[in-house]
Amino acid sequence: MNRLAVEFQGVSKLYGQAAAVDDVSFTIEPGTLVTLLGPSGCGKTTTLRLLAGLEPASRGRILIGGRDVTALSAAERNVSMVFQSYALFPHMNVRENACYGLRAGGMRRAEAEAVAREKLRQVGLAGFEERLPGQLSGGQQQRVAVARAIVLEPEVLLFDEPLSNLDAKLRRHVRDEIRALQQTLKLTVVYVTHDQQEALAVSDRVIVMNAGRIAQDGSPRELYEQPVSRFVADFIGDANLMPVTVCGIDDATASVSLGGVTLSLPRRGLADGTAELAVRPQALRLAHGTTGPVLPGHIRKVCYLGSHMEYEVVLDGIAGAFFISDPDVVRPLVEGDAAGILVDAAAVALVPPE
Amino acid sequence: MKRPERLWLALAAAALVVLPWYGLEDTVDAVLALRPEAMPALGQAAFGGCFWLLPLLLAPALAGWGVARGRPRLLVAGGVIGIAWLALEGLAIIHRGWGWDFLSVLGPAPTQPALGWGALLFALSCAMLVAIGLARLGRCRGDVFVVAAILLTGLSILLFIGLPLLSVLASAVRDDAGHTDVSQFLHKLTDGSIWGFGCLHGGGACGSAWNSLAMALLVGVTSTALGLAFALVAVRTRVRMKSLLGLLSILPVITPPFVIGLALIILFGHAGMATVFLADHFDIPRSRWIYGLPGIAIAQTLAFTPIAYLVMAGVLQAVSPSMEEAAQTLRAGPWRTFRTVTWPLIRPGIANAFLIGFIESMADFGNPLMLGGNYTVLSTDIFFAVVGATHDQGRAAVLAIVLLVFTLSAFMAQRLWQEGRSFTSVSGKGDAGLHPPLPGGLKALCAAAVLPWIVLTVVVYGIILGGGFVVDFGRDNSLTLKYFLTAFSIEHGVGGWFLSGSAWSSFITTLELALVAMPFTAGLGLLTAWLLARQDFAGKGLFEFGTMMSFAIPGTVIGIAYILAFNVPPLELTGTGIILVLAFVFRNMPVGIRAGLASLSQLDRSLDEASLTLGARSFRTVRLVVLPIIRPAVITAMVYAFVRAVTAVSAVIFLTTAQYQLATVYIVGRADVGEDGMALVYSAALIVVMVAALGIIVLLVGRQRIGRRGLAAGNMGVGVA
Repeated sequence: MNRLAVEFQGVSKLYGQAAAVDDVSFTIEPGTLVTLLGPSGCGKTTTLRLLAGLEPASRGRILIGGRDVTALSAAERNVSMVFQSYALFPHMNVRENACYGLRAGGMRRAEAEAVAREKLRQVGLAGFEERLPGQLSGGQQQRVAVARAIVLEPEVLLFDEPLSNLDAKLRRHVRDEIRALQQTLKLTVVYVTHDQQEALAVSDRVIVMNAGRIAQDGSPRELYEQPVSRFVADFIGDANLMPVTVCGIDDATASVSLGGVTLSLPRRGLADGTAELAVRPQALRLAHGTTGPVLPGHIRKVCYLGSHMEYEVVLDGIAGAFFISDPDVVRPLVEGDAAGILVDAAAVALVPPE
Repeated sequence: MKRPERLWLALAAAALVVLPWYGLEDTVDAVLALRPEAMPALGQAAFGGCFWLLPLLLAPALAGWGVARGRPRLLVAGGVIGIAWLALEGLAIIHRGWGWDFLSVLGPAPTQPALGWGALLFALSCAMLVAIGLARLGRCRGDVFVVAAILLTGLSILLFIGLPLLSVLASAVRDDAGHTDVSQFLHKLTDGSIWGFGCLHGGGACGSAWNSLAMALLVGVTSTALGLAFALVAVRTRVRMKSLLGLLSILPVITPPFVIGLALIILFGHAGMATVFLADHFDIPRSRWIYGLPGIAIAQTLAFTPIAYLVMAGVLQAVSPSMEEAAQTLRAGPWRTFRTVTWPLIRPGIANAFLIGFIESMADFGNPLMLGGNYTVLSTDIFFAVVGATHDQGRAAVLAIVLLVFTLSAFMAQRLWQEGRSFTSVSGKGDAGLHPPLPGGLKALCAAAVLPWIVLTVVVYGIILGGGFVVDFGRDNSLTLKYFLTAFSIEHGVGGWFLSGSAWSSFITTLELALVAMPFTAGLGLLTAWLLARQDFAGKGLFEFGTMMSFAIPGTVIGIAYILAFNVPPLELTGTGIILVLAFVFRNMPVGIRAGLASLSQLDRSLDEASLTLGARSFRTVRLVVLPIIRPAVITAMVYAFVRAVTAVSAVIFLTTAQYQLATVYIVGRADVGEDGMALVYSAALIVVMVAALGIIVLLVGRQRIGRRGLAAGNMGVGVA
């Protein structure tokens, strides 16, 4: 039987009257990496801390491995956490930091040190055992924090924005390492970030949060291609959002008219009336003279980005503008030029209006 | 200890069955002599006729049942019943019969002496059983250490700060025979000696409340102005005074509060050095101007300016240079920059420094005692109401209430003020830049204020340190060791070396008691700080209020409150060394709280949390993570607790006895009978001891820390004399 690793049942966290986390429910399968994603203040870190037991829940139940842990303190839950600041104990060396959890659990020193050494080797820190945290680079400190957490072989491993203190180049590398480690050790990981790219890259599943509630819960692909709301469409990827009118529906598809072009899109439960069109930049191409159903418009802004051009195109006849990238940097258009836009309906999604 | 409830259950039982129930002092002798009060509670109930002690057995019985059945509710019930009954029977049956009049309907009164070690351990065990029970019921996430810490700190604050203050209130509304009499209270409260205006319309003196208020306002203003001037010179000019600065920050700590007054008398008194000099050479008639408001104000300004300086230096350093640089780039000259940017930014700090000076002055006892003359202030009035010919405890209590209302209001005002405005624009990094130079006129003004003050300080400390080694300062300046030898001689006599100096006994007692109080003061303070900074629990607001009370209570009020609360059973502590230690601990607890809060606020919470998520409970976390990291704060709190206990005078002057004579009280006594030489040589010795104690911090913690700690202390509020 495959028990759920984590289950949140209608969990809320109130600070006075304000709800930081508002009636949140979700489940996490064992061995998966689930990301909590959202803008700052959306409640993702609070959710993580509720799971860790660092904050008591105001309402609802939290289950870890099928066991109700709502009333248990952090020390009694079988989870460990990698903190944003790493929270390495500055007065203990790497070995002592890594042993800490085992020793707290009552394991003998020699045994604990052997386990810790093995985990430190796994994260590539063999030979650093006697260093103090202050003598390590940011990336190494992060590995110590990971080693310290996985030494306990927790049911759930928590990461609170683990990459935010690393420089941009290192981020990608560490991100891949975390994912690889999770896959090899078959860990259940809950990962908090505000960076949507990071979330899409590492996750099996992403839970997007907004204002203390879950905005959408799904695979990275679902989130990107089928956002359920304007918020999700806007937060994940750079969507061009544009209000449209649904002018005809049948069982599966809805027709919307944009400029002179009619698009037939998956209906996704929408009724007649207004809706919002989320258009990914890669759905749009400049027509460059091709014929067919093009949206007519004019170039308003031009931006040279080296590998490609970026244009802001005002559509003729409708209030609205699209951002379009175009690979042709040799013969760029200039402001005021007329430009036709080709729309690839496959990368366009309808979302309900707000 | 896997099952702490078994341990505390056993201790509770042992407290009833083994330890002597009554009497705290000479316990061993009492037990060996088989004196009746040395019997344990069970024996008292069985053979001593103290049947009212029997219900106490209910506590271990219920708790034991709870342990056996795994029912934590019974643990809580047992503990609560134990403590409640202990308090009830202790207050109902006292040494002279019924504690409450209405009980006389029950017939002739039994009596019982004051509680002893058995009762103490019993109460502690019961509290621990309650804590364990509550933790097992899921309070504070089942963490026994946290619940126990909250309960024990809360109870001890209630017992040793709350109860004494209640005793003051109760005593104020009671007449001499012990009956409640509100009219007499009102009569005493509105008495002319407190609120009179005699000095305004000629003839007579003003009331001590007005005197205290006037003095506190004056000293608040002068010490803040001088402190600001000094801070401006130190922080904003190129004058090199690093060493002077370091000295300044420790002066208020190591100076016993009355010593400056004493030095001023030697300087400006009727027969003082300066007075005589002026009379001899300039025909300025001798006078007693130093006694009264002018003298007290000068002494207190000297004493409290360093504190104001520390606050203002901190505030000035916290003003981001980039703000002033911005003003300069916007074409503002030095004056304009200072007037429109710097001054508004430091104004909240000035109000803060003023309130601290105000409270310090209100609470000061030593200087008014030395220099008061006919100018009566509240703190000394309380003292004379108790020890004087009148011996009117009710009046002392009323005066204490008035004084407490003043200091508490100022303290609350200071806290509100600090909460309301955050004047620190410091973010800890990235604020490079240079402060602009002071405007020329302001610089001259500051120098004009600071220089005479430095001269006076140097002269005063010169007298304090050297005065004990000359025959008669100012008149006969030949060197002598006679005072030193009288105080600190060691002689060889029959049976070997012995300490024959007259000061040794009080000196050693002081060091002993201060050393005993030191770990408790620091421990309680740091534990309280940890609870305040790191734990959330029901009633935290109340808990915080209780601890903050300890910041604002003047020493004199603590002294009188302890006398009133602990003079009679059930808790009879007066005359013991224990009450002195308790006074030290609860008086100086703020030292530990401040040090703890300051350093916990710099310690990232995620370190505690990391330890928790790694499976360590809070006790382990505190022991392995928090304490090692805040070690400097621990050492600082310990040493300051020691130093403040040694220099304390106001709280303990009521509580000392011939057996437990303290250094400061002894010195005040010497000065009172005119033995200035002895008083000075002894003060100098104390200062040397305390400099040595501070030297230990420097060695263990590193030099900069002292300055910072001083800043933190100054910023956080008050350390009342």
